Amino acid sequence: MTIVAQVKGLTKRYKDTTAVNDVTFALEENKIYGLLGRNGAGKTTIMHMLTAQAFATSGEISVFGEHPYENHRVLSQICFIKESQRYPDAFRIVDALAVAASMYPNWDPTFADELVEHFALPRKRAIKKLSRGMLSSVGIIIGLASRAPLTIFDEPYLGLDAVARQMFYDLLLEDYSTHPRTIVLSTHLIDEVSRMLEHVLVIDKGRLIIDEDTDTLRNYAFTLAGPATKVEPFLSGRRVTRREPFGSFMTATVIGELSAADRQQIEAEGLELLPVSLQQLIVQLTHQPSTPQEAVNR
Amino acid sequence: MSSLIGDDRPIFAQIAERIENDIIDGVLPEESQVPSTNQFAAYYKINPATAAKGVNLLVDQGILYKKRGIGMFVAEGARSTLLEMRKEQFYEQYVVSMLAEARKLGITESQLAQMIERGGMLK
Repeated sequence: MTIVAQVKGLTKRYKDTTAVNDVTFALEENKIYGLLGRNGAGKTTIMHMLTAQAFATSGEISVFGEHPYENHRVLSQICFIKESQRYPDAFRIVDALAVAASMYPNWDPTFADELVEHFALPRKRAIKKLSRGMLSSVGIIIGLASRAPLTIFDEPYLGLDAVARQMFYDLLLEDYSTHPRTIVLSTHLIDEVSRMLEHVLVIDKGRLIIDEDTDTLRNYAFTLAGPATKVEPFLSGRRVTRREPFGSFMTATVIGELSAADRQQIEAEGLELLPVSLQQLIVQLTHQPSTPQEAVNR
Repeated sequence: MSSLIGDDRPIFAQIAERIENDIIDGVLPEESQVPSTNQFAAYYKINPATAAKGVNLLVDQGILYKKRGIGMFVAEGARSTLLEMRKEQFYEQYVVSMLAEARKLGITESQLAQMIERGGMLK
């Protein structure tokens, strides 16, 4: 596998806070990554450092084998679409697209025109007069038509309704099929994108807590429900992320794979076994423990 | 998102199972061409690499084979191989859980046998 970007021991400290703490990962060529985590977890800071828009306090960064800072060779290969992209005041949509066309060597003008039609954007309108959703669409069009070998989308859908978001996902998958490249999607709408992701990175309080193939994560945890007296014995010695008693009934989410023997026991006891979606898993791994019991089990 | 794919198991395994079902049902006859991974990806709205993983699982089992430059095809004898595999899984998947539920409801063995007979009569 070819590695397009790698960070080792990446750390970013501000005065008294550590935004990114000793993060190490590699991005492989032509994979779609999900960079997930709560607000303030450090995702955007990591993306800023990868794209040379912020300096690391310590640690190593290499993108396409080189350091990205003031490195045109590397930066022309990266397209970073930010949630709050700013454009010069006088810019119209056509101007923004023209600048993008000159920045990215792989820019496809025909594809960009198609996308403008898809998203029904008024080409000649000033960008500062666009609605929030239209502004997001401009970012998405630039991100897709640039066909940059490393394309990063940081919450690119603000103001877009469900229909437009689905259009973005469909277009992304379709174009990726014919023009594979490395894509990083940072998003809170995990359920919407989980099927597109090949690999998932989860950041929590500045640290990388999960670096795993999406398929592996599907068997990462399970939820067990049934009479508390039958569920409890099953939980001992396991990592429990959620315990919800309801009268004599108990619902618990457990990290770990089930053996065939486990499954037989669950079946024999008449307990209910439920899958845990990627979104539920991440919510449970990154929320503050709310009871001492949970803290013990973490 | 397509609701054809569930959350309970890895997606590549679900893709493989869907292809298996189509072969068993005769929707995909032997020697017919299987959709490409990009077609699976577009239809189920999943990552093409995941679709490829599901298809390759069946290639490893000799259910599908690759014709270079053309695509994936259903192998000769694939249906009977799959039927054998599924029959073996049938006991684990259906009989064991049926017995557990029967025990829970206090259904005796002979009552269960009668029910199966009755089900067979209905056809």
